[in-house]
Amino acid sequence: MSAPVGQASLPAEQPKKIRLATVWLDGCSGCHMSLLDTDERLIELAKRVTVVWGPLVDLKEFPAEVDVTLVEGAISSEEDLHRIKMVRARTKLLVSLGDCAVTGNVPAMRNKFGASAVLRRAYLENVTLDPQIPREIVPTLLPAVRPVHEAVPVDLFIPGCPPSADLIFSVLSDLLEGKVSNPAAKFG
Amino acid sequence: MTKSTVRVKTLTIDGREVGAREDQTILDVARENDIFIPTLCDLPGLSTVGACRLCLIELKGSPRLLPACVTRVAEGMEVIANSERLDRYRHGILELLFAERNHVCSVCVVNGHCDLQSLALKLGMTHVHFPYQYPSLPVDASHERFVVDHNRCILCTRCVRVCDEIEGAHTWDVMARGVECRVITDLAQPWGKSESCTGCGKCVQVCPTGALSEKGKSVAEMSKRRQFLPYLTLMREGRK
Repeated sequence: MSAPVGQASLPAEQPKKIRLATVWLDGCSGCHMSLLDTDERLIELAKRVTVVWGPLVDLKEFPAEVDVTLVEGAISSEEDLHRIKMVRARTKLLVSLGDCAVTGNVPAMRNKFGASAVLRRAYLENVTLDPQIPREIVPTLLPAVRPVHEAVPVDLFIPGCPPSADLIFSVLSDLLEGKVSNPAAKFG
Repeated sequence: MTKSTVRVKTLTIDGREVGAREDQTILDVARENDIFIPTLCDLPGLSTVGACRLCLIELKGSPRLLPACVTRVAEGMEVIANSERLDRYRHGILELLFAERNHVCSVCVVNGHCDLQSLALKLGMTHVHFPYQYPSLPVDASHERFVVDHNRCILCTRCVRVCDEIEGAHTWDVMARGVECRVITDLAQPWGKSESCTGCGKCVQVCPTGALSEKGKSVAEMSKRRQFLPYLTLMREGRK
């Protein structure tokens, strides 16, 4: 999105911008919507962070040396697993954003049936025209959906489905102040 | 009622001196004195079973932890109701409850009105450290007005006790052990076929989670009404 513009000409007292990334794994994008719901406060945030990766950032690969990454969604596919490992390796502070990332939530409701039963139901039993389970291009589903912290270490947890805009903003504000503490908020 | 002489005991909880009747439990006294001890299975008006283990406390001179809800007070007791050690155990128990079954708060009928969810918030549970089990558990919607969802059950047995002790029907009971353990109606028959159930709904109202709910309520629409319990208990005590 915003490239670091004219860094050389910036006055010396300008604090270094935080490199922020947001990742969308198996979730409904509601947590990202909630982030956008911080409305005009985003303008304040934009003065202090550079969004280096996110659903709307047009880059081929997750960048290196990211300060904070917000992860929405659970780990559901081989691609999710691959991506979260790369994200973890390139991020200083990894934040599980929302119930899917923190608990598995709704995506994990398929676990009691297993991936193949769910695929069968969705792509064979409920389809009339050329029923087939997609195997190419789309990533293979893992046997079970897991919360992010079961795949990689997570530094901060923001519960909620979705977490409210106020909650996300207060956590981000705290992080910008250098305060790393889990918010008191309910699941669901 | 025959007038009995009830002795008063003095003890300390978290260093505070408190007085109690000899027939009281540590949990009773803590509540009277606004000392927080978490619990999910205890409900004033029902008998106590010590099922959830969240109210474990430390007692000076005892090497093991004791459940406050079933431990009677004694003269000179030194109780520790809140400590780092207890916090660790309570968090562990709470997280195990979440990991053991499928508590999906976001789509639960009592989202926002749930004792388990509130306690997680109150104790500051950030996430579950144990691997989630995701068991395959049934939902029985055969009853005309109520639903039992075993995915949300924490086996506190409040339903069993209220049905037996207050309604006098004893429709509910507990079956099997360990992860197989379930609450059942009659002899593990569908609830809708139960001949003993009077349909009073007390079990639904005392249930701490979304395991028992009223039909026709969607996500977050059900809140429990428990005001009836103290009155009914009082009436029954008066008759003894």
